Amino acid sequence: MRDFIAFVRSSLGAVMHGSSAYYRWLAFLGVWMLLGCAAAAWQFANGLGVSNLTDQVPWGVYIANFSFLVGLAAASVLVVIPAYVYRDAALYDVSILGELLAVAAMVMSLLFIVVDLGHPELFWHLLPMLGILNFPQSMLAWDVVVINGYLFINAYVVSYLLFSKYCGRVPNKRWYFPVLLLGVVWAVGIHTIPAFLYASLGGRPFWHSAVLAPRFLASAFVSGPSLLIIALTVVRDQMHFPVREEALQRLRQIVGVAAVFNLFLTVSEIFVEIYPGTSHSASMRYILVGLHGHNLLVPYIWTGIALSVFAAVVFLARPLYSRPKLLLVACASAVIGVWIEKGMGLVIPGFIPTSLGEIVEYSPSFIEFCVSAGIWAIGAFLYTLMLKVAVPIELGTLRRPGAPNERIGLDPVRGAA
Amino acid sequence: MSEDHQNDDEREAVVEGVGKAQASRRRFLQVLGAATATAATSQADAAPWEEYFQQHYKRLTDEDKREIFARLEAEVQDKYGVAVHISDPKPIDGVEFAYALNLQACVGCRRCEYACAQENNTSRSPEMHYIRVLQMDKGSLDVERSNTTYEGAVPTAEHYYQPVQCHQCRDAPCVRACPVNATWAEPDGIVVVDYNWCIGCRYCEAACPYFARRFNYEEPTVRPSEINPDQGYLSNRLRPRGVMEKCTYCLHRTRKGLMPACLEACPTGSRKFGNLLDPNSEVRQVIETKRVYILHEDAGTNPRFYYYFG
Ligand code: SF4
Ligand code: SF4
Repeated sequence: MRDFIAFVRSSLGAVMHGSSAYYRWLAFLGVWMLLGCAAAAWQFANGLGVSNLTDQVPWGVYIANFSFLVGLAAASVLVVIPAYVYRDAALYDVSILGELLAVAAMVMSLLFIVVDLGHPELFWHLLPMLGILNFPQSMLAWDVVVINGYLFINAYVVSYLLFSKYCGRVPNKRWYFPVLLLGVVWAVGIHTIPAFLYASLGGRPFWHSAVLAPRFLASAFVSGPSLLIIALTVVRDQMHFPVREEALQRLRQIVGVAAVFNLFLTVSEIFVEIYPGTSHSASMRYILVGLHGHNLLVPYIWTGIALSVFAAVVFLARPLYSRPKLLLVACASAVIGVWIEKGMGLVIPGFIPTSLGEIVEYSPSFIEFCVSAGIWAIGAFLYTLMLKVAVPIELGTLRRPGAPNERIGLDPVRGAA
Repeated sequence: MSEDHQNDDEREAVVEGVGKAQASRRRFLQVLGAATATAATSQADAAPWEEYFQQHYKRLTDEDKREIFARLEAEVQDKYGVAVHISDPKPIDGVEFAYALNLQACVGCRRCEYACAQENNTSRSPEMHYIRVLQMDKGSLDVERSNTTYEGAVPTAEHYYQPVQCHQCRDAPCVRACPVNATWAEPDGIVVVDYNWCIGCRYCEAACPYFARRFNYEEPTVRPSEINPDQGYLSNRLRPRGVMEKCTYCLHRTRKGLMPACLEACPTGSRKFGNLLDPNSEVRQVIETKRVYILHEDAGTNPRFYYYFG
């Protein structure tokens, strides 16, 4: 217990002190967080009427971000599997950073669900016993379960690992390894259940597709590790954390394959929808070329496709990816490309046209934009603070008073390094 | 601030044509006003908490319901100065309601649509209608080619008309979708929403293949003089902001043996309503003797709403 209090104290100490760049970054995020909170409060006081949502398009930028963020959590499983199952030492060193990214992503996706509710204060209706959770019928109930579960799994594993190291102990495999493996299995759920949320709706042809879950998986395997490459580079350059080049290259290989596969799935879907020209292809035509003169999303979708293609090319061509700057640009393009595709590009056209053939277009209101930006800022803030604690513990510089200041490797195979 | 003063404000606010920005500013002031009022009178404090912790409809005892109905009635009296009666008619054993609509006779006058809004106290501003009348191209059954915003004289030579409302599906995707069971099918087949249990996630709205659900993005408003005082707890009582609502086949009428408001308003007799389990009911006769068509049958929803020809 005393150790834990010391842990909390040291963590607070670690997040309070940093370079001026660190403070500037936090201040920048703080401004967005404040703006987001103010916008959320305004929305809560005035209702969802402040959004641009309608009965025709009842889900917008909030649910779009939600869909994207559950995918981002793939950053965790894609380092955990190589690190712990294939014993990849380079990724092993950075696995905790991937898991923390998943924690931040889960927190953000939960927040996006909450701000989308007409009555967020009635969330207790979802709690089993107290309220009623319509499980297992409702796919949304499944989502609530898998996301909270995944958040808990990742948070538990990283807290345990960091706390042990902080105390100067080698983490005991018995205490974290089973949960870690559960996390790998759970990851299957976290990437497919959100897809089933859409694919299970027989009345929405654009979503009602067997390839949707594989597409979710493929795009998650692009966005998660891409963002992690960026994060690792920043941590290496700003916080002097030794990230091996192999770790970045291994992740680059993963996203390269996933990016091509993702494009392939996208192309098959487009082909199956467009070639036969059934009336069910209306939504696809809407995003690609516009429908009856309505084409709000068209330039946006093509930008997304272009970014994804560009990223895939860089990831696969050695002369390109061997240039660190270009690799980072490609990672950012891949993340944005998936954000467009899995976010607005997936959610909005599902409602256009409606099941009665009406076309009502949607783009987020100013309030929706501020709330979304605010939640992203909260996520980035959280991730930054977590890194600020995790990195020195991993480096061995942050220790319980009296514990030796040496790095504790916990490679399951090689034992303490 | 005096009670009357607030009521006057409220009445003004519901007059149609109030701009959105103006309405929202007014709402903001109302929130402030309400907050100060609550702070001033401590005995009013109990009500919001009771409402907040109110349980799901199916978990309420008769005593709970009496209290809740009385509270809701008092709220309407306070806010609009109108005396309403909230009842909770129960489904009748051996009754399964169904609707049949004659596509050949409907002229697209939209009287059902407006009668529905009046009967069910749906918001006038923003305007909410449960029924959508589609103007269909002759020679096609494809609703994707329909037009819902048609104007001018009806019917036209090139079109026929297809009103769509909640189909009270037997395998209702909306019911399955709801994460908190705030919407369910009653034993007589009517799919209802507990307006105090709905958390406003709109998943049911995404799931419905008939565009039958409506969400209160803004505070619904009805002029006091236009409020229908005969209200069902699960149907046409005044809804709060942030919850889902939908057609209930006027259960507060039909469970008492009356016809739905849309049927009574129809000048062409295109609408037939009744008990599917009664072999002599009109709706059963239609299904047995006419050619029947089910919208989006491929969605597998098994609706209790049939279109017919003849
Ligand atoms: S028509 Fe829509 S709202 Fe009505 S029961 Fe069917 S799915 Fe539910
Ligand atoms: S909007 Fe309300 S009724 Fe519809 S699924 Fe959500 S909680 Fe259930």
